[in-house]
Order: sequence, then structure tokens, then C-alpha cells
Amino acid sequence: MTDGRLRAGTAAASALLLAALAGCGGAPGGDGARGGSLTVFAAASLTEVFTGLGERFEEETGSTVEFSFAGSSDLARQIADGAPADVFASADAPTMDEVAEGGFADGDPEVFARNVLRIAVPPGNPAGVEDFADLAGDGVTVAVCAPEVPCGAAAEELMEATGVRIGAASQEEDVKAALTRVRLGEVDAALVYETDVRSADGDVEGIGIEGAEEAANDYPIVPLASSGDPGLAREWVDFVLSEEGAGALTDAGFRPASEP
Amino acid sequence: MAAGAPGRRTAAAVRRGRTPWALLVPALIGLAFLVLPFAGLLIRTPWGDLLPLLSSAEVRGALWLSLGTATAATAVSLLFGVPLAWLIARTEFPGRRAVRALVTVPLVIPPVVGGVALLLVLGRSGLLGRHLYEWTGFSLPFTTAAVVVAQVFVAMPFLVISVEGALRGADRRYEEAAATLGASRWTAFRRVTLPMAAPGVVAGAVLAWARALGEFGATITFAGNFPGTTQTMPLAVYLAMQESPEQAVVLSLVLLLVSLAVLVALRDRWVGTP
Repeated sequence: MTDGRLRAGTAAASALLLAALAGCGGAPGGDGARGGSLTVFAAASLTEVFTGLGERFEEETGSTVEFSFAGSSDLARQIADGAPADVFASADAPTMDEVAEGGFADGDPEVFARNVLRIAVPPGNPAGVEDFADLAGDGVTVAVCAPEVPCGAAAEELMEATGVRIGAASQEEDVKAALTRVRLGEVDAALVYETDVRSADGDVEGIGIEGAEEAANDYPIVPLASSGDPGLAREWVDFVLSEEGAGALTDAGFRPASEP
Repeated sequence: MAAGAPGRRTAAAVRRGRTPWALLVPALIGLAFLVLPFAGLLIRTPWGDLLPLLSSAEVRGALWLSLGTATAATAVSLLFGVPLAWLIARTEFPGRRAVRALVTVPLVIPPVVGGVALLLVLGRSGLLGRHLYEWTGFSLPFTTAAVVVAQVFVAMPFLVISVEGALRGADRRYEEAAATLGASRWTAFRRVTLPMAAPGVVAGAVLAWARALGEFGATITFAGNFPGTTQTMPLAVYLAMQESPEQAVVLSLVLLLVSLAVLVALRDRWVGTP
């Protein structure tokens, strides 16, 4: 009984959301775009790379690409609630599995990149952090991601794999928030992705973690069943998986998917 | 006072008239808009899993932290807010209007902005926080005290506005009478002004408490998030939403029930409702 009510509630909410979104999205999407339009839901850590790739894709196909960047689990929930997206790129496999198991994926998700954790410290490294074990020290203030979000899950996994327990001062709601703590000098170190250190562009220093590959996040991508233009959605996925896509991802600090 | 009887008669006559549709329809739509989201919350509550979820240590920790910090924030707001309201309502000084406007700024800015501002001033590398850290090795962010600071920042303006309104409404002649009888301004404030403004003070304190209990943006930005130290109920709801929406629904329900219970209890006890 609870289930039935729950489903009815979800259906009603989805219908409302769809109606609202269809109502506002209809007009501008239709005209001007010769090659159709595409809405890509992608993990926040993909913001820089996908924005760059999107511009190239638009030039090549004459289509319009719009992005919604947010935490993977937020996006997965929006997809489950009927948000009109064509492609979903997640920052971890479990979130993608939820979407696939819910029947929202069109085909099997493919891993297109991996991201490993790094230690980010303020310029000059005031606390003298040298390796992962130093983060467990008393005098070091550390920010990590909350275990509910992918980068926090990866941090948990890494702590288990290495046996180092970090006494974090704060569990941030996403990886960018953890990075901001370092940028503002509120913490001595934060556990973030390699790509975040790269995108901070000198505002923070990165320190590699031995064994971080063990806890690397896979980034899967898949066209969505609800897509209004499945052909174009497939084209975008292939473009991300292409050599051109892989090159841009590597430049941003991602590891290739094939690397063990 | 003398106009009481005819006034009442007019009011009764007005009340007897038909309720105009032009007012009734938007009023009901407004009511539905405010109430429906809570109905949604109740419908999606996994009632069967309620007890196990409620008894988890994290949920209880977050709830006690929320209640404790909101109460502390209300106490701090009273301590500083009542004198501030008195200053604005009862004294004349250049820039008084500007001060009054400044007090309301935290009401209109997004709380996240307030959190950023607090961080830039009181953070470990902040304008003042830097010196505090150098001298004492203490830094405010990531402590329970930081949660209270964030809550005071967003909640105190509600108290100040409410108390200031009560002071303006209170008859100043009683204070003047107290002064002619030899009471100092401080005595007059304690013995005459404050008792007269008491309903406004209580109402303001309740508002401030409710606002502090619901505080999210400034808290997560300034105090961070750690279970047991800085993770209040709204933060727990937000993070639970990332992983298990059912847990978020339960947490929301608890917060809703607790705040309703407290507000209703206080309302019956102190704030007279017509």
C-alpha cells in the first residue's frame, strides 16, 4: 500500500515536472538549431571538459548542446523524476547503476574516464603535509567529501584500503566545496580529485597519494531512453568516447578508462 | 476606548457580509500552495521504517545539535538583540535610520552569502579570525560555536525587528512617569519598558528560534558539516537526499513535527492568539 502510494506520488510529480519543463523549453529549442538540440546531464567534475567538448560538438554537428552540471546523485534523481535529458554522465558507477536499473538508460553505460583522489593543500603547504598518512595527524585540519557523495565514497574506500583514518574537520557536500576550503585557507588539506587540483590552476598544490588508483572513480556515460533525439544522443556519447574526447579528458587530469 | 462599542458593531456587520470570491479563491490557492508540500512529505514517508531510522544515532545527534544550537542562538540574540532594538527605538543619534536598515540586511541576503561573509571575517584566514588564530591557535569554523554564530547572524534580525516594533507601540509616557519618579534610564528599561514589550520579545524570540532551527546556507558555508559537531538537521536532510531520499523524508518530518510542537506550545503559553 505504501509502495502504491509512493509510485502514484512519483508519477504525479514527474508528470507535473515534465509538463512544466516542456512548457518552458519548447520555444527556444526548436528554431535556430539545424541539427537538433541535446541536453546532457553531467557530474559537476566534468564542467570544464564537457563545456569545451560541447562547443566542438556544436561546430561539428550544427546542433545545440545544453548542460546541466550537478552532483551525480542529484542528477540521477532528476532523471528518475522525469527530467527531459538525452545523456547522463555520472561520476561513479553506483549512481549510474541506479539509473540503468530504473530502466532510464538506452543501452549499456560505458566507462569513458577515471578520476583519482589527490591531496590539495594551500600554496606553500603551511602544515607540511607530505603523504596521505600525514592527514591523520593531530595538528592538520582536513576537509573531505561527505560519504553520501561519490568523492566521499572514494575517500572512505581509500581510507579502508590504506588503513589511514582521517579525522576530518568537515564533510563537504561536494568536491568543489572541499576545494574551496583549501582555497580560502580554512583547512590545511582536502581530499579532492586530480581534475580539481588541475582546474584550480595554481591556487592549490596537489600531492599524489600512493594507492589512490585502487579507489579511483569510474565515469560511465549512457544515452537516456527518454531522449527526443536518440541519434544525436548516441553521437554525443561516441564523441566523448572518441580519441578527441579522450584527449580533452586527459588534458583535464582524468585517467583513460582502459588503464587498470 | 470610548469608541469600543460602535467599533465592535461595525466589525460584526462587516463579518456578516458574503465572502467575496475575488478574495476567497486566491486565499484558498495560497493556502493550498503552502500546505500541499507537507502533504507530499507525509504521503512519501516510509512509515514502516520510521522507528529504526529515528532511533539511529546520527538522526538523534543531528536533532539534539539542532535544538541545542537554535536555543543557544536565541539566547545570544536576546542578549544583544534586545538592547539593539532599544537603541534603535528609543534613542536619537545620527545615522539611526541607516543602522535600522543595516540590521535588516541579513533578512534579505541569501544565507549562503552570509556564510561566505562570516568566513571572510571570522574564518581562520579571515580579517579578524586570522589574528584570533595567531594568538590563540583557535579557529571558529568547523566548531559547534560556528553553527551558533551562523544562526545568530540570520536569526537576530527577526528578534530586533519584532522587539523594536513592540517598543515603538508601547506608550512612552509610562517611562517618562518612571523618570519623574526618580528611576534611572536603566531602571526604567528593566522595570517598565521591558515588561511592556514582553509579548514582542517573546514573539521575536520564537521567530528567531524557528529561523535558527531551519538555518542551512550560512551553517554549511561557515561551520562546515560534520556529524555530531556541526551537522544540524537541515544539513542532515540535504546530505541524506544525495543517498537515500527516504531518510531525507523522515528527517524532514521529524524537523517539521518538532518545530510545530515547540511553536504551538509556545503560542499557547505566551503569545495570545485571537
